[in-house]
Amino acid sequence: MAIVVGKSEKWRILAAHAGLIAFIALITFPLLAIISISLRPGNFATGSLIPSDLSFEHWKLALGISYQAADGSLIEPPFPVLRWLWNSIKIAAISAFLIVAISTTAAYAFARLKFRFKTEILNSMMLLQMFPAVLALVAIFAIFETIGEYVPWLGVETHGGVILAYLGGVAMHIWTIRGYFDTIPVEIEECAKVDGATHFQAFRYVLLPMAVPILMVVFVLAFIGGIIEYPVASILLRQEANLTLAVGSKYYLYEQKYLWGDFAAAAVLSGLPITLVFLFAQRWIVSGLTAGGVKG
Amino acid sequence: MGQTDWGRILKWPVTIVTALACLYVVWGIYLSGQPLWALLALALVALAFYIYLTNVAFAYRYLFPGLAGMAVFVVFPILYTMQIGFTNYSSTNLLAFERATAYLLEQTQPGEGQLYTFSVHRDGTEFRLRFVPKGEDEEEDPDKKAQVEAHTYLTPALALIAPTPPEEIKAVRLKDASFQLNEPLPLSDVIKRRDVLSRLRIRLPDGALVVYAGVREFGPLERVFKKTGDDELTLTKTGMVYKANHATGFYENAQGEHLQPGFKVGIGIGNYARMINDPEFRGPFLKIFLWTVTFAALTVLFTLAVGCTLAVVLNWEALRFRTGYRTLLFLPYAVPGFISILVFKGLFNQNLGEINLALNALFGIKPSWFADPFLAKCMILIVNTWLGYPYIMVLCTGLIKAIPGDLYEASAIAGAKPLTNFFRITAPLIIKPLMPLLIASFAFNFNNFVLIALLTNGRPDFLNTRVPAGTTDILVSYTYRIAFQDSGQNFGLAAAISTVIFFLVALLSMANLKLLRVNKPEAR
Repeated sequence: MAIVVGKSEKWRILAAHAGLIAFIALITFPLLAIISISLRPGNFATGSLIPSDLSFEHWKLALGISYQAADGSLIEPPFPVLRWLWNSIKIAAISAFLIVAISTTAAYAFARLKFRFKTEILNSMMLLQMFPAVLALVAIFAIFETIGEYVPWLGVETHGGVILAYLGGVAMHIWTIRGYFDTIPVEIEECAKVDGATHFQAFRYVLLPMAVPILMVVFVLAFIGGIIEYPVASILLRQEANLTLAVGSKYYLYEQKYLWGDFAAAAVLSGLPITLVFLFAQRWIVSGLTAGGVKG
Repeated sequence: MGQTDWGRILKWPVTIVTALACLYVVWGIYLSGQPLWALLALALVALAFYIYLTNVAFAYRYLFPGLAGMAVFVVFPILYTMQIGFTNYSSTNLLAFERATAYLLEQTQPGEGQLYTFSVHRDGTEFRLRFVPKGEDEEEDPDKKAQVEAHTYLTPALALIAPTPPEEIKAVRLKDASFQLNEPLPLSDVIKRRDVLSRLRIRLPDGALVVYAGVREFGPLERVFKKTGDDELTLTKTGMVYKANHATGFYENAQGEHLQPGFKVGIGIGNYARMINDPEFRGPFLKIFLWTVTFAALTVLFTLAVGCTLAVVLNWEALRFRTGYRTLLFLPYAVPGFISILVFKGLFNQNLGEINLALNALFGIKPSWFADPFLAKCMILIVNTWLGYPYIMVLCTGLIKAIPGDLYEASAIAGAKPLTNFFRITAPLIIKPLMPLLIASFAFNFNNFVLIALLTNGRPDFLNTRVPAGTTDILVSYTYRIAFQDSGQNFGLAAAISTVIFFLVALLSMANLKLLRVNKPEAR
């Protein structure tokens, strides 16, 4: 773009750099502070952003290792953070996998097949995706209590139940995948059908391999969605060993028992991998976001 | 091709086994007295088989899992919530009428029959209990003594260690038992075993059931209530009559005192009437509603202002390191929400938080972010802007990129300043496609439960309210508190409020859908 620039341009660029750097300093302060706090000794430590005396006591606790305090007493980890992280990853991974499977087939039907009520179903899905699960928690709890009476491993206080509950939230992913299918020419599948492939074969061996990128995106989105989900997990899971990270983390910051340093280490430990995954997948996720998804 | 052959051979056996398994589960649900649930399950299963076995609904084979998931875990909960909103379902009215009645009829209390003093005797490592009719154990008269002996009973050997389940233990006549009575355990040892003893239910040979009634005695057990009519229970002791009141969901006597637990009944629009008519409830409810709208609107406004500004600046080609800036600015969005919210909760802590330490060092002030309602609201908005601006930034970046560059060239020739460019070219062109996304963002923040629940949990609370309500509560967090926390688990009321929110969200989504449809022809 060739735009004639005035003399003030140089100053404006400098001002923009200064402004952006100041803003980024402000924005990243909480993240830097939490890393610094996780390395300070004690749970009430204050100090500069670069800790003067390093201590790995919080990190040991976060990793589940007990350590000897200065007065000789043995300090046990307050919460099973690694266990929670594992629970979160397990639930998120399984539910993300199932969500991808379910929404791919549904998206295929919406993109390629003709059937009655297609527009109606699509529109009502669009409406439904805006209803947050938190409003129907009472009903969801009642449903899982009932399911648990017949199928114990899908009831309240089970990870199976939480995974099952997350399977309801597929509307947004169906939209995303369908949008991608629309960009793939129908002719390719039709060629396969001419060669004698059934509907399912055309879908499984022709369309699916071409849709792998979007399936990865949906998997990552659903995975992160499962990791950060709070309301449903908070009513379905109550026992300490069963909790997910999102539900468990808040127990660090109770008024009566304020484990600020321990929380910092646990937060960095569990937040960092998820943040990296998100940054890594950012480019693909952004295209999905513009399609109308909102992350909590 | 071998695969397909196996598929053909296995198709029917697998189908039949699955069908039988499904029917078994449905039958189980039906047997446990929940015909409605059984019917729903049956309908779902039948639909599944219809879809996968016939060619009529071919496309639905691909749709079924997704639609069934949404039907069961999104649509059904919504409908069920609406239904609960018309009932008095709560922790005091948890059970259905039949089950509440059955529960009351199962209640027992120590009755008025013969009391027995008991003593505990060692039998090897275990113990036996001896029961003697009370007040007659030191009878001198031989005739009576014989009679007393005939009514003296002994239990089999019991461990008396673990809290055994209260199953019945049959006692026998002392005469019939082949056990040499030894010195009874001292009272202190008996008291030590009180927990176990109080769980015992002992059936005597004459048919009476006795339970622990005090350190020295066992007494007979009787039902607290007798069923005297269809909707009527009578207190066995006093003969007081309690009638089931199907309007309030309690068994009540003539004085209007009611029995716990109550039962679940439909109360029509009672919960909604309470929202409108009960002044004690209406006050905080209105304030919370206003704050919810303010919160969502201001969040959208702030995130839009910050995000859009950043997008415009980052779109400036003369600026270097734009990718680096963009990644750093995107960071708040990449960190999992529940972690950053809790980090802020710690940083805003009044005495230990880094933010107050910095403010104290710079200006000598220590605002109480969590105790003062206004500051708490400011804090929530700051945190939510931090959380939300990257989303808007990303959206705006994409939309600005789509604006043809020659528009800016033309404006540069006309000598326009950057601000003019923004308000005359950029803003008008992006606002239309941005609108539905902003509405979605508004709807999302309207129900941004996680932020409130983790940051302030609604506190500080309003003073003098019967149902605890917080000044920073938004409608959903308020609903959650009513349903699952401090105020008596009033599911019915919570469901009614949820229903109101459902309709508000539905209105928003409808507006959204309409806007999307208006935009579509232009976008393509």
